[in-house]
Amino acid sequence: MSIWEYANPTKFMRTTEGLLPWLVGSAVLCSVGGVFWGFLTPEDFRQGSTVKIVFLHVPAAMMAINIWVMMLVASLIWIIRRHHVSALAAKAAAPIGAIMTLIALATGAIWGQPMWGTWWEWDPRLTSFLILFLFYVGYIALWAAVEDPDSAADLTGVLCLVGSVFALLSRYAVLFWNQGLHQGASLSVQSGERMSSVYRYPLYLAMLGFFLLFLALLLIRTRTEIRRRRLAALQAREMRA
Amino acid sequence: MIALLIRDLRLATRAGGGFGLGVAFFLILSALVPFGVGPDRATLAPVAPGILWVGALLACLLSLDRIFALDHEDGSLDLLATAPLPLEAAVAIKALAHWITTGLPLVVSAPLFGILLQLPVQAMPWLVASLALGTPALSMLGAFGAAITVGLRRGGLLLSLLVLPLYIPTLIFGAEITRRGAEGMATATPLMFLAGITLGVLALIPFAAAAALRVNLR
Amino acid sequence: MMQLGDYAGTVLAAYGVSLVLIAGLVWHTVAANARARRALQEHERNG
Repeated sequence: MSIWEYANPTKFMRTTEGLLPWLVGSAVLCSVGGVFWGFLTPEDFRQGSTVKIVFLHVPAAMMAINIWVMMLVASLIWIIRRHHVSALAAKAAAPIGAIMTLIALATGAIWGQPMWGTWWEWDPRLTSFLILFLFYVGYIALWAAVEDPDSAADLTGVLCLVGSVFALLSRYAVLFWNQGLHQGASLSVQSGERMSSVYRYPLYLAMLGFFLLFLALLLIRTRTEIRRRRLAALQAREMRA
Repeated sequence: MIALLIRDLRLATRAGGGFGLGVAFFLILSALVPFGVGPDRATLAPVAPGILWVGALLACLLSLDRIFALDHEDGSLDLLATAPLPLEAAVAIKALAHWITTGLPLVVSAPLFGILLQLPVQAMPWLVASLALGTPALSMLGAFGAAITVGLRRGGLLLSLLVLPLYIPTLIFGAEITRRGAEGMATATPLMFLAGITLGVLALIPFAAAAALRVNLR
Repeated sequence: MMQLGDYAGTVLAAYGVSLVLIAGLVWHTVAANARARRALQEHERNG
């Protein structure tokens, strides 16, 4: 019994089938609960009620980065061990990551308007997220453009690898280019100034909720891709017969 | 290797090879920008470094799909892949040929366009230096993008979508060097960063590009 | 309904945009999955 057994599509389908209802249930519970709890928090003395936006903004931003990392790991597994489910999972994750990036950007812009007095500022964090979004778009476009599924998996895998290096490089290049307005991480363990627990616990719940939501969507999307691949394989076999 | 380089250069300079197209594009861009933002020296001079660098980027992008597309069509790419020369080296040579036909003319002609855009004279050496240092990375990254999209029917637009985000670090440091040069500030730090990026790209990207080519030739 | 103060529009807009984006993503995911499952089942029944 090893983790690689789940690389077998049939085994993956069977396992996720039983897992999905629980996952969807807990994802809905946690994300709706966390965001709604966040919505009910009292006003911050500086930010007023706009502090409520943080319960969408921070989890979405966190997932935007983590989904790219997950895609990188999945691509590496595909390139090294050639497990199809891994490549399909990376493909399935990309649109979710793009939407998360978009949510982080949109909620940030809406929050920035009254707080910083501008929708958009060429601040390092904002710029990095825009760049990350560009990488997601390029990755999705490449998957859509290549017809042969194995070639597509290989090419997007290489792109993901190179893209990861350059996304990281851009992050620091941008930091050099312009020092920003954006506040530092408010949840980091080291920083002395901590977020009040009134906001912290709903935020944790919302983050967990977004993570579970991603997991549920990822599994469903991967199942979709496996079914599509199976259908294409069956049709190809009949064409030959 | 040298034979491959000479062949690529000869193909590029022949009629229909597109040699000098990048410079012509650069010229048109430099002529268009003042119409867009106004002829005022006070508005042109501060944006000149950025415009020149973005222009160089786009001019480079124009000819990228030629790196592998023509060889893919007539089958010589398959020969290259089976040749005793490692594909990585072939990719590097092809990127070098692209740089000589596109990047080098840009580097040489950039001061001319700097004058058109009212770039201060003291920034000229920095402009040339930053372009000379940065454009090899642009050609190499472009070769990677071209290797990924070589078999695709509508590869051109996708190529720019994939390659442009990869150009961001080079653009940031290149334009920063020129801007600092124009304002008479120290340029050593961005110069070092740019050199680091270019060297890293030259060392590692040929492997990624060759891997992508092998997939496309499978 | 609770008080949202001066920034009611801002907060509601942020929640609205996020909700629309997530709903769109979920809808797309579920619809594509249903389509793939139906196509596969149909194919297996016929062939």
